[in-house]
Amino acid sequence: MEITTSYASGRLTLHLSGELDHHGAKGAMERINGLLEKYMPRDAVLDLAGLTFMDSSGIALIMKTRQWMHETGGRAQVENPASQPLRVLDASGIDRFITVKGERRT
Amino acid sequence: MKSENYIKLEFPSRSVNEGFARAAAAAFAAQLDPTLEELGDIKTAVSEAVTNCAVHAYPDSLGRVMLRLRIMKGGRLEIVVKDWGRGIEDVKRAREPLFTTGGAERSGMGFTIMESFTDKLRVRSSPGRGTTVTMVRTIKQRQGEG
Repeated sequence: MEITTSYASGRLTLHLSGELDHHGAKGAMERINGLLEKYMPRDAVLDLAGLTFMDSSGIALIMKTRQWMHETGGRAQVENPASQPLRVLDASGIDRFITVKGERRT
Repeated sequence: MKSENYIKLEFPSRSVNEGFARAAAAAFAAQLDPTLEELGDIKTAVSEAVTNCAVHAYPDSLGRVMLRLRIMKGGRLEIVVKDWGRGIEDVKRAREPLFTTGGAERSGMGFTIMESFTDKLRVRSSPGRGTTVTMVRTIKQRQGEG
């Protein structure tokens, strides 16, 4: 599980790659918290394009990021999930709480 | 029902074994010639069940986890994840979406996802003695295609 970032005019994109499960979730959340505190973005984008596997640990991570952004008056969204992470997002009904963009349905 | 093939693995409830367990399950299930989507569903369901062992069955220590997969007639894959840990007081409540005792890092969606990604989910638990999660997923036979 790796996280890289890109930032432009208030918009922080967190590019997640590898596998996101319970084993790596705590470290990933700490890393994301640190990045949100550092950049204080208006928009936080979780780019899942490089994520090859995600289970419900990813749902918790997305919801925590959304909560952090709401508390600081910003917005969060999810982008580019591949088919397996997208099935987990769909099963969780998370799109009621956060925008999921660039869905690649297979 | 008689199984045509099976594997049985046992490992400690270390979180690093979550990835191993789902990869092993996918490697075994591959002989049923599943689609990528079916394989992803199996990996996800196994990951959720094994994570529950690490988080809930043995919250303060390491314990034994058993993963057994059986292939039965008609492409039926049975997945059993068993632990000898703390057990679940109220299985019905534990299976409700968003219910968790796992703290802020958990979503409470584990059983919901296992249920969505398999055809059948059975949870048997007795407090203090452990939990057995049994899931069945039928892999569609694709003979004659492609």
